[in-house]
Amino acid sequence: MDAIFLQVLNGLDKGSAYALIALGLTLIFGTLGVVNFAHGALFMLGAFCAVITRKILTLSQITLDPVRTNFLGKPLEIRTPYVELWWGDFGTWMIDYSVLLAILFAIPVMALIGIIMERGLIKHFYNRPHADQILVTFGLAIVLQEIIKAFFGANPIPQPAPASMSGGLDIGVLFGFAEYAVIYPYWRIVYFIFAAVVISGVFAFLRYTTFGMVVRAGMADRETVSMLGINIDRRFTIMFGLAAAVTGVAGVMYTPIVPPNYHMGMDFLVLCFVVVVVGGMGSLPGAVLAGFMLGILESFSAMNEVKAILPGIDQIIIYLVAMIVLLVRPRGLMGRKGVMEE
Amino acid sequence: MSVFTPNRRGLLKSGALIGTGLAMPTIFTASSVAAYTNAPTGSGAILGFNVPQSGPYADEGADELRAYKLAVEHLNGGGDGGMMNTFSSKALTGNGILGNEVKYVTGDTQTKSDAARASAKSMIEKDGAVMITGGSSSGVAIAVQGLCQEAGVIFMAGLTHSNDTTGKDKKANGFRHFFNGYMSAAALAPVLKEMYGTDRVAYHLTADYTWGWTQQESIAAATEDMGWQTINNVLTPLATQDFSSYIAPVLNSGADILVLNHYGGNMINSLTAAVQFGLRDRQVNGKNFEIIVPLYSRLMAKGAGANVKGIFGSTNWHWSLTDAGSQAFVKSFGEAYGFPPSQAAHTVYCQTLLYADACERAGTFDPCGVVEALEGFDFDGLGNGPTHYRAGDHQCFKDVLVVKGKENPTSEFDLLEVVQVTPRAQVEYPVDHPMFAGGALGKCNSGA
Repeated sequence: MDAIFLQVLNGLDKGSAYALIALGLTLIFGTLGVVNFAHGALFMLGAFCAVITRKILTLSQITLDPVRTNFLGKPLEIRTPYVELWWGDFGTWMIDYSVLLAILFAIPVMALIGIIMERGLIKHFYNRPHADQILVTFGLAIVLQEIIKAFFGANPIPQPAPASMSGGLDIGVLFGFAEYAVIYPYWRIVYFIFAAVVISGVFAFLRYTTFGMVVRAGMADRETVSMLGINIDRRFTIMFGLAAAVTGVAGVMYTPIVPPNYHMGMDFLVLCFVVVVVGGMGSLPGAVLAGFMLGILESFSAMNEVKAILPGIDQIIIYLVAMIVLLVRPRGLMGRKGVMEE
Repeated sequence: MSVFTPNRRGLLKSGALIGTGLAMPTIFTASSVAAYTNAPTGSGAILGFNVPQSGPYADEGADELRAYKLAVEHLNGGGDGGMMNTFSSKALTGNGILGNEVKYVTGDTQTKSDAARASAKSMIEKDGAVMITGGSSSGVAIAVQGLCQEAGVIFMAGLTHSNDTTGKDKKANGFRHFFNGYMSAAALAPVLKEMYGTDRVAYHLTADYTWGWTQQESIAAATEDMGWQTINNVLTPLATQDFSSYIAPVLNSGADILVLNHYGGNMINSLTAAVQFGLRDRQVNGKNFEIIVPLYSRLMAKGAGANVKGIFGSTNWHWSLTDAGSQAFVKSFGEAYGFPPSQAAHTVYCQTLLYADACERAGTFDPCGVVEALEGFDFDGLGNGPTHYRAGDHQCFKDVLVVKGKENPTSEFDLLEVVQVTPRAQVEYPVDHPMFAGGALGKCNSGA
């Protein structure tokens, strides 16, 4: 029973990442009608915002050790971060919490990248076939990841969670399990709560603000909204920036879970497209629902008891479920009529 | 009295006969020149460096390329000579190979077997490479080794740790300097016994491809021989990013040891997840829970950060070794690039020198001559102590290092600590060992 509970937690945690990326992907598709294959690259760029933030915070003064030597027999370099020299314990605290501080850096940077991407490239493909959009955004994704590789290399770069959040919580006790039966990492709990807050925030923004109301109206009928004198294109561009920022912060917060590398966006991209298709193209609640559902199913399929009955099921479960859902509900779980059907 | 009367048909026949006669010596000459694939013609000997320049092992590939360039420089008489000065064979003089200047072409394996074969094929057929070397994956090494065997060129494998490379997939034209899964297990087992005792329950997570399978088999056999129980072996897909679903079942499995038969990004991610789930802080069966990473690489250890501290594994070579050969290489490499070389760099540097030396001793680039020179070759001075290239399977035998993640690193390169240099005799095995069964070395192929 505790094993099942643990896999539910794992599924919610994986589902958080899937849902956050799929949410951004759906926002872009729902507003601009663009199939954005560069969306995984935005997740990766967000993760590298965390890397850059930490690199900035750990810029160091170099002094030479009078006693110890390096591998060439020369005096060993001792690096002391400037923030520690300037601000003492507060500087140390900043480095420790660099992942959380990176969110402040990532939001404007990612929103700006999203707006530049939309204005500079993607808007020229609005009236082109989806195949053209896929090709150009896929090409953009490859360019972005190669740029990151050129600067940061191909190896993953570890980003530790703050020391106070790096242990595990005996969460099982809270649910009546034996002591130490279900220990779950603090940071993964933080990630789940963070995802829930961001998803709720996006839904609230679209539901309860005038801006959101206009965007929703534009998603339903772009031409009519334009005829009312509203510059819907501008609002959709802002939505692209918002989607990029959501995906970017999802990437930032994911770095202590999986050390970022230049290829991580591609690894998530296919999965998240499956999530969007299963949820229903253009459906925001569908994307979130499918994200969590597939995350939980993926976790369960990795259980030894399940694999003993169905060997290799963990490698195909997501695609199997996608096939079944699309056979039974061709528009996905919550897909709208008319979307991608012309 | 006969009268010679020329006619059209007779003229054509005579012309053909005379033409054939005149061409005959040329045909024989050409035949002798092209007695083997891509024989150098005096304008230099071309070596093909086939390394991952893109994909997840691109950093390892970049370090390999640095070492190859250094080896070429040393072979052509440049630089400080590096390990040529400490190599026990003195056939290399800094005058290229057999008087031919050493040139090179590079290819990108992308750590994909098909891409690696395509780039190796291109280097052999278009660039005229007389030898192919490199790689950072067993799947790639086995694929390229097979291609080189067919094409009639020598393959000096880079990083390949699967038993199969010199086991069921061994080829006469291929040689491996790197150690293998069996040797890792043989070196690690006594240290693990000393550190963790004989009454342990191990749970394996294994990368689902040739290297993972053979390493798991080797580690399980060696640890079971000393009394450990293997409670489970779970194969994990190579594309896995988040290993939490695979780590969770370990928690209540009754295991007190987790063996991660993962390399590269898989190792970094699985180790990170295992540490996050608090495995190292647990007590199971009255013992501290321990994690083992049988194959370590410094570049990968860097990716895992502080998570590697105190975790045991094995490695082919480490820059902190104090023998003259290792120090000469570290000095050459460090002064050229500003940081110490990885085990990947050391391996391919050695491979290049060993190939060049074999050509010099054989007096030819002919693959069959090179094979003969390398088979059963004993040497020293390239790090890892006295070394032997076994004729029966073309596996190199030398000392193996048992390492553990350093608790207090002094720099970003100082991540592993050598715990024990395991003597060569302890990691040797018979050529017909069951873990290496199947396949045949076959005969060398000179091509052409």
